[in-house]
This record gives sequence, structure tokens and C-alpha cells, in this order.
Amino acid sequence: MVTWKMSALDRKLLRDLWHLRGQLLAVAAIVGCGIGVFLTMRGMYESLVHERADYYTQYRFADVFDNVKRAPESLAKRIATLPGVAAVQTGISLEVTLDVPGLREPATGQLVTIPQTGPALLNQIYIRRGRTVAPNATDEVLISEAFAQANNLEPGSHFEAVINGHWQRLNVVGIAISPEFIYVLRPTSGLPDDRRYGILWMGRNAVEHAFDMAGAFNNVAIALTKNASEADVISSLDRLLDRYGSLGAYGRIDHLSDKIISDEINQDRVYGFLVSGIFLAVAAFIINIVLTRLIATQRDQIGVLKAFGYSNGVVAWHYLKLVLVTLLIGTAMGIPVAYWMGNLLADIYRDFFHFPRLEWSLSPTGLISATAVCLVAALGGAYGALMRAARLPPAEAMLPEPPGRFRPTLIERLGFQRLLSVTTRMILRNLERRPIKALLSVLGIALAVAILVAGRYGVDALDRIIDIQFRAVQREDVMLEFANPRSANVRHAVRHLPGILTAEPFRAAPVRLRFQHRMRRTAILGLSPDGDLRAIVGLDYDRVSLPTEGLLLSAKLAETLGVVPGDRLTVEVLEGRRETSEVLVAGIVNDLVGISAYMTLPNLNRLLHEDATSSGAFVSIDPNLSTELYTTLKRLPTVRGVSVKAAMLANFKEVIARSMQVQTVMNIFFACVIAFGVVYNSVRIALSERGHELASLRVLGFTQREIAVILLGEQALMTAAAIPLGFAIGYGICAGVVAAINATQETFRMPLVLTAQTFAFAFVVVSIAAALSGMMIWGRLRRLDLVAVLKTRE
Amino acid sequence: MPGNAAVFVTRHLSKVYRMGEVEVHALRGVDLELYPGEFVVLLGASGSGKSTLLNILGGLDVPTSGEVFYLDHNLSAASADDLTRFRREHVGFVFQFYNLIPSLTALENVSLVTEIADHPLDPIEALAMVGLKERINHFPAQLSGGEQQRVAVARAVAKRPDVLLCDEPTGALDYASGKIVLEVLDRVNRELGTTTVVITHNAAIAAMADRIIHISSGEIVEVKCNERKASPSELAW
Ligand SMILES: Nc1ncnc2c1ncn2[C@@H]1O[C@H](COP(=O)(O)OP(=O)(O)OP(=O)(O)O)[C@@H](O)[C@H]1O
Ligand SMILES: [Mg+2]
Repeated sequence: MVTWKMSALDRKLLRDLWHLRGQLLAVAAIVGCGIGVFLTMRGMYESLVHERADYYTQYRFADVFDNVKRAPESLAKRIATLPGVAAVQTGISLEVTLDVPGLREPATGQLVTIPQTGPALLNQIYIRRGRTVAPNATDEVLISEAFAQANNLEPGSHFEAVINGHWQRLNVVGIAISPEFIYVLRPTSGLPDDRRYGILWMGRNAVEHAFDMAGAFNNVAIALTKNASEADVISSLDRLLDRYGSLGAYGRIDHLSDKIISDEINQDRVYGFLVSGIFLAVAAFIINIVLTRLIATQRDQIGVLKAFGYSNGVVAWHYLKLVLVTLLIGTAMGIPVAYWMGNLLADIYRDFFHFPRLEWSLSPTGLISATAVCLVAALGGAYGALMRAARLPPAEAMLPEPPGRFRPTLIERLGFQRLLSVTTRMILRNLERRPIKALLSVLGIALAVAILVAGRYGVDALDRIIDIQFRAVQREDVMLEFANPRSANVRHAVRHLPGILTAEPFRAAPVRLRFQHRMRRTAILGLSPDGDLRAIVGLDYDRVSLPTEGLLLSAKLAETLGVVPGDRLTVEVLEGRRETSEVLVAGIVNDLVGISAYMTLPNLNRLLHEDATSSGAFVSIDPNLSTELYTTLKRLPTVRGVSVKAAMLANFKEVIARSMQVQTVMNIFFACVIAFGVVYNSVRIALSERGHELASLRVLGFTQREIAVILLGEQALMTAAAIPLGFAIGYGICAGVVAAINATQETFRMPLVLTAQTFAFAFVVVSIAAALSGMMIWGRLRRLDLVAVLKTRE
Repeated sequence: MPGNAAVFVTRHLSKVYRMGEVEVHALRGVDLELYPGEFVVLLGASGSGKSTLLNILGGLDVPTSGEVFYLDHNLSAASADDLTRFRREHVGFVFQFYNLIPSLTALENVSLVTEIADHPLDPIEALAMVGLKERINHFPAQLSGGEQQRVAVARAVAKRPDVLLCDEPTGALDYASGKIVLEVLDRVNRELGTTTVVITHNAAIAAMADRIIHISSGEIVEVKCNERKASPSELAW
């Protein structure tokens, strides 16, 4: 049998670990949370990046896209010969109105063609269940996974669609996904609504016949050769397709689904690095404080070790092992936490992002870097403390710490001493004697408060987003989109639909905005100047009115284009007569959806060289007549899209809110762990530092209550000071996170908002943590072994 | 014994503690020589500088001015690492405040030192020498002050040091256990030829010394040689 004899120093280590188990576990839990959050976000980030790359390659996601009104198929060959083009896939895509069983409102289907034979050259579909459509079937469709899930459709289900003006029954033969529609979002809507919007894939022949598109295409996707310049291909494509009613070619950066995934990936990266970076920093900070104090309380023991010839290195290593064990435990706690949360998160992501396979996985590099960050910070803290211990000559280290030099506190010196009891004076003097230490404790608790505030930010932001979007901005009940732009008197026709109370026409026109070398595709929304159903509202509820002349741009759009009010933009209209003109940037609004451009309806009509024309209408309705209205709308070929605000809100809350809530609950859970860990540690260390003094007081006849007041009173005072500081730091963290997210994200802006509830929440959690810690310390004070404490020094 | 090369030589040794504006002169120009195998007792009033001197001899502290040599090592010019090595290889301490590690048992406190020594005694044997064989698995908090002091003595002698520096090793002990400790020190001194310095307030112990050095206000005021060393068993107080 091999016997391994543990050195006395390692025994001391084990006993110290056991003795400090509460504090070290608290630290380990914080480390675990920090590492857990980091690994969760990091793993998700890496998975998304990886899966996206794989999916795009395997299913041949295109690089450049364009939509035209109608172009002859023969053009495909010419496109293929353009320099830089590796592959061309043409197709037809159209929006059709659907009547889905069980759905009151009409839904919209994005009809996309699949080649008659063989797989598509680009943007291939992945069939999740069922089969592909039979080559010449006219009534078979594959539907997108999200739409199928939201409406409980399966292969074998069917629904009705308006195909070229006629209702026709479509049979679902399969459920599919495609790299083009990883995230399914209706281009004009801005918010996902999987119940009322889905992708339908149909055979090319069937669509050509039904829509009179034989031998023609209206969309084209292009893969680039390796070293091709995307910009060059886009401009040559534009030149070629212009006369076929091109909406303007664009690259992946303007591809809706890809853009949203990119934003999400960016957000994960920001979260992964920034938020968990903050967690780790706090954890490191606490490790630092605990070690510094631990080493300070053991300074006489360090003196003895050194007196008997243990070198500084050996002593340092002894304490470092304590750090390493704590980190090891923390990391060990963090990994299962990350697995659990990562899988939870992946589950939610699968609802939004439709990949063939999306799993969370542990990121080894993430694990290494997170551990390294913890390690470096912990070693940093330990190093400072050990250096202090090493500098002390052992003779001095072994002496009991000289009694502190106390003096009357400022309050007493100001003449208020009569107001203070002896215990209060002890508390105040103790705090004033070691201001740096007190400050560090306050800062530690303040960071916990800050994380609680920042952790609940998501709730506030979500409420604000919902409130801005669904109450302040979208004041209509229903948005109607016409199949084609209509003359303004359509408004009267709309008014006569059942249940309509008021109607306001709008015009949306796809455009390309250019300023100097920068370019962005978006749509200009023309609103009635005296309208009330759609408002332009900033993140701070500042309602912006439409300029009498020129454009009002989203702040983010203005930023990407590099324009300020007063500049003149080049506007290329991408429909109708496709005019190009110079338009004044009259104002900027810091709104929620980042890339909007607004004008008054008459100004937009003038820009488009058209008479009073609208492409849709915002309406308010009588809820009692809504079913009747929807039934009518389903049968109205002139109306292509119907967006019901209440339905969208319900959907938004259900889907987006769920994911945000998971993240928020996660943040809050961890913030609570940190808050408790910090407060408990702070009190516990105070007890071990002052156990001697407190026991002496007990020996002198102080009651347990009285010494508890001295110890806990001090902690209460520090907690009270930490809370406002924490509020300020928390606000700062949120501002940082918001700035970081908004800097990278275009589709959606995060409002910087913290409510009183959030501050109250942080206050309550920290107070509870403080009270619980106090109770645990109370128990320890009762068990305080007076004799033992006086006989040895801890 | 004078005639052999001295183990320790100090020249004009001074130590000044500075506490803000106040200067405490703990040692004022101490000249001293200690010889191999010598048993020296340091006597002096409280605060006279005895512990300070002992700490400097043991390489625990450095003088403010003056020099201290151990054989040919100049301790006053040594680096912290050199002092560590010096203590590790040559010195055994008994501290005035025992300074045991509270988280280690008596046995482990002794092992802590024997583990890094070259030819140590068996820690259990060392504890047996001070009469604590039965208490080896007790933690310091479970031992009386005197028992803790005896563990400290066992810890100091267990490494078989070349010099043994004891700060009031019997301060907290009753007559009987005080005698046990003195016998241990005497035995180590005689059998191993360990140069031993003992600080005490108990003048009776002076009888077992080769030399008695009196310190007052940081200066050596008197050095006395005993004609005949008494054995610990002969002492009475
Ligand atoms: N770290 C220190 N800082 C300031 N003054 C000190 C320090 N250590 C010792 N002194 C002072 O130096 C003087 C000598 O102290 P020392 O401990 O050597 O006395 P001692 O002779 O051992 O006394 P005792 O018999 O009480 O142990 C004393 O006046 C003491 O107050
Ligand atoms: Mg002394």
C-alpha cells in the first residue's frame, strides 16, 4: 500500500479551507456564477457563429440578392457571366393572403419557389419532416417550421391561400427551413409574428402558371467567386436589372434574416464579454478582499512560518493553494450551471433561429479564458496581501497587531458626542480608523447592488419597449397593406369596411439612401401630417412631429450614413418610376427600430412623382366587429397584409419576452448570489477580525446583543452607504451595456431606462441578504467560545 | 570557553522603533559574544530590550545600526532570503507568546518544523520530552497556556538546532512543568552542544547558566560567569 503523508502545512491548508468554508463557498459560488454566465453566452455565441457558417456553406446561402418586377429567365445566363459571379439561382417570390384553420385574422404567406428538378443551386432547403413537393403538383407546399409550430400544422394539414385572386386549398407535404429564413420576419413589420406570417415553398412550374410568370423570375440570388468584390457585382447587377424593376441588389449585410442573426451574435458577444466580465470582475474583487483580509488575520502565523525558516515563496504558495482550490470549486460549480442554462437558452434560440441543429456547447477556450481572468484577478489580490506579509519582519509579524490608534470621530469632534452612545462611538471610530478598508467593503456591497440593478434592467427595458412600440408608436389597432399602391380615396373604401372607426392612409416606398460613399437600403414611411394612429416617438417618449419638408431619420440610420440635419441625401426610389433625387435631412429621432425614415405623405407622394397615393392604412376598429372585419379582409384581394396590433403584442410578449425573461431571471439569480456572497463575506470577515475584541467585551460583561450591535451596526452602516453608490454604479453599467449593444445593433435600439421598482428590488434583495447574514452571524456570536478566543489568536 | 571562535558577535548593536514622532530606543550599542555550546541567561526588566536582542540574533529582525555575525555570516547585511535560510538551518525559537498555529494540532505544529529540518527528532519524541505525549492530537485552543508553551519548546528543540533562542520558556509554567522544560533545554544543550539563550524573569534559573547577562534600557549592564553550573534538578524557586 502506498502511503502518502500530508505535510503539516497542507494540513493547515485543509483546516483553513474547512474553517473558512462559508466564506470560500460564497466566493466559489460567485466565481461559479461569473463563469457560468460567461460560458453560457460564450457557448451560445460560438454555436451560433459555427452553425451559421456551416449552414450557409452546406446549404449554399447566397451572397447577393435582388428582387425585380419581372425578368426573363434567359437573363440568368447573362447574370452568370458577370465577373465575380459563381452561381445564380432565380426564382419567384410573392406574398399571398392565407386563411389558416383556427386563426381569426388573415395570415400572410411568403411564397418562394423551388426548382422543378433537383436541389436549388443556392439557398437550398432542409426538410425537417415530410417530403418535398411533387414536380408538377399545383396544390402542394412545404411550410416554414416556425409557421408550422405556431399554427400546429403538420404534413397532411391544409389551409387556403389566395392564388392570383382565387382561393385555393394548399396541402402541406413537408416542414422545411432554409438559410434564407433562419429568422423569419415580415420585412414590413419589424417584429416577428410566426402565427400570421410564414414561408411557403412551392414548385416553380405551379407558381409560374398560377401567377402568369411563365419563363420569368422576380428574384435572384448570387454566389460570389472567392475574390470577387461584392460592391462591383452589386453595381453591375443593378445596371443589368434596372429596367426589369429591380429593387436594388444587396449583400448579406442587408439581408433581413442574416442581419438579425448578426445582431443577435453581436449581442451575445457583448453580453458574454461585458456582462459576465462584470460578474467576473466582481468575483475577482471579492476574492481579492477575502484573501487580503485572510492574510492580514493570519499575519502572526506567517511570522511563525517565516521564523522557522519557511521561505516567502513557500508561504505564498500555501496561500495561493487556498485561492486555487476556491477557484477550482467555483469553476466546477460554473460548468454544470453553464450546461443547464446553455441548454435552456439553446431551447429558446431554437424557437427564433431555425437551423438544422442548434445546440449549446461548452467552449473550451471560453472556459480557459474565464478561469484565467479569475485566476489573474485572484492572484493579483493575493499578491498584494502576501507582499505586505513578506515585507513584515517576522518578529513584528508575530506580535499581536498593535492596538489601533483611535481618536474621536469627526462627529464627536464637532461636538455631537453627547448624542452618541458608547457603542455608536465604537462603531464610528472603527470605521474612521480604517477608512480604506471600510471603503472597500462598501464598494463590494455596492457592486452587488449594482449587479442587481443591472440584472433587472432587462425587465425595465422590455416594459419600455412594449410601451413605446405598442402604445406610443403603434396607436392603430390594425395595419392594412394593399396589394398595390392605391389612390388616396381608397381611404373611403376602407372606412366602409365593417368595424372600422377611423382610417389613416400611409405610403411605404423601398429606397436606397446614399450619402458620400455610404449607402443603406430601407423604406421611407409617409404618414398623414395630421394623423394620430402612428406616432414617431423617441426612446424617451419625446414625440417628434414630421418636418414640413424633408426626411426624418432614425438616429442609428443617420449615424451609419454619417448625416446630420441640414445635409442632403441622395434618395433612390426602388419602385415605380425609380426616381433619384436629393432630399434634405430635416431631423433625427432616437427611436426604437433603428433604420427608419419618415416623411409626410404628400411630400413622399411628390418625391415619387405620384398623385395622392397610399400603400396601406392604419385603422382603429370596434372590437365587437373584429371577427366580421377579419372575415371580410380574408376575402379582399386588394388587401395583401393585415397586422393586428393586439395579436402582435401577445406574440411579442410570448416569444421575445420569454427569452428576455430567461436572461433576466438568470441575471437576477446570479446577482442575488453575488449580493449574498458579498454581504455575508463582509460580516464574516469582520467577525473573524474582531472576534477577539468582541469576546473580550463579552468577558467584561457586555451582552450578546450589545456586541452584535457593535459588529452588525457597523455592517448595517456600510450597507446603507453602499446602496446609493450601488445604484449609481448600476446605472453606469446599464449605460455601458446599452451603449455597447446599440453601437453594434441596427435592427433594434435598447432604451436606457431604470424604474423605481428596479432600485427597490435591489434594495430589498441586499437588505434580505444583509439580514440573513446578520442572522447567521448572530448564531456564531452565541457560540463564540470566549475562553478559546482569549487563549489563541485567530 | 572563551578562546573558541564565538558563535555570535554583535558590535554596537542598536534598534530604534519609530512610532510617528516618538522614537523608542530598544537597544543602544550592544556588544556581545556568544560561544559554542554556551548556556546564557538574559535578565532584565520588562521593556529593557531582551526580546529585541533575541529576535535580532535569530534573524527575525534587523538592527537599526551596528553589526551582528553568526560565525562568518554577517546577519546585519544579509538579505531576507539569507536570513530565512539561516533560521531554517540553524535556529530554534521559543516565543514569548508561543505562537502556535491554531489550526494545527500539537503534533502537527512540531511536524511543521521537523519537515523542513535536516536531522530532526521524531516529533512525538520531542513532545514526549516535554511531557505532552498524551496531548499530541490536541489543538492549541484545547491546551492550557503552559501546555502550549511546552509544545513551543518541543517545536524549537525538535529540529536539533545549532542555536536555541527561548523567550521566557517557563513564564507560564508551574514549578514541575517548568523543571521539565529546563531539563529538556539543559539536555539539548549538553548532548547536542546547542548554544542556548534563555530570557527569563526568574533569577533562580540563572544558576544553570554558563553566563548571565543583565540588560537595562537597551544596554548590557552586567555579565556574570557561573563557577559551577547547577543542574535543573537542583534549582528551586
Ligand atoms: N514593534 C515595536 N514597535 C515599537 N516599539 C517596540 C516594538 N517592539 C518593541 N518595542 C519597544 O522596545 C522596547 C523593548 O522591547 P522588548 O520587547 O525587547 O522588551 P523585553 O525586554 O522583551 O520586555 P518583556 O520582558 O516585557 O518581554 C520596549 O520599550 C518596547 O515597547
Ligand atoms: Mg519580551
